[in-house]
Amino acid sequence: MSLMTRRGALTFGAGIVVTLVAADDGRATPAEADAEIAKFTGGKTAEDGRITIDLPEIAENGNTVPLSITVDSPMNADDFVSDILIVSDGNPYPGVVKFHFTPMSGGAEAATRIRLAATENVIVVAKTSAGKLYTARRLVKVTVGGCGG
Amino acid sequence: MAEKTRLRVPTEAKKGDVIQIKTLTSHPMETGLRKDENGKPILREIIKSFACTFNGKPLFSADLEPAIAANPYIEFTAKMAESGTFAFTWTEDDGTVTTAQASITVS
Repeated sequence: MSLMTRRGALTFGAGIVVTLVAADDGRATPAEADAEIAKFTGGKTAEDGRITIDLPEIAENGNTVPLSITVDSPMNADDFVSDILIVSDGNPYPGVVKFHFTPMSGGAEAATRIRLAATENVIVVAKTSAGKLYTARRLVKVTVGGCGG
Repeated sequence: MAEKTRLRVPTEAKKGDVIQIKTLTSHPMETGLRKDENGKPILREIIKSFACTFNGKPLFSADLEPAIAANPYIEFTAKMAESGTFAFTWTEDDGTVTTAQASITVS
């Protein structure tokens, strides 16, 4: 009897493949996304709410996914959204974009087009001039990933 | 390098109006993670920041990462109090700056 049965060899081979994929997929992890958020919030906890994320539920082409963010805010000199951080937890790097607003903005809203490598979460954190933090997240299913490769 | 920029900014507004500003610039936003057909890495080339001022005062800005799609599109708003000029700048990794301007009459 050979040292390794056929089934044993298959299992062993599958194990190697899984290990290689895990080591080489070059994606950011949710932990890296959290670290990016912690840098922005200074470690404080953000409340849920006030943020509307407009993203497709299913992105057929991850190379260009329309993203629009609106935060409910009076946007006057005393109380305005100063910064919005957007990160994702499945791209090669967690950071996507930061928007910076002023009371002259008239509204805390901005839109752009982003790349998503795979089905992943897009996480938004908004900071107000008074130091309040709000957060929201959306899962986007991606059919064809968009980070080259 | 950003070759062409396109702006959509209203030319007129009433005092107190919140207007929408749309900008687009042609740029590959090369992530630095892709390889060419010979397997050589393609160098990173990214517009890292965008800024808009109105009559010299900061209005809106953005820090872009490689996760922004090629030909970066950025849309934002402005509350109009007076006539004036919007100035837009796109800054790349290597310090190259592309600029554009648009004027608005506020009544």
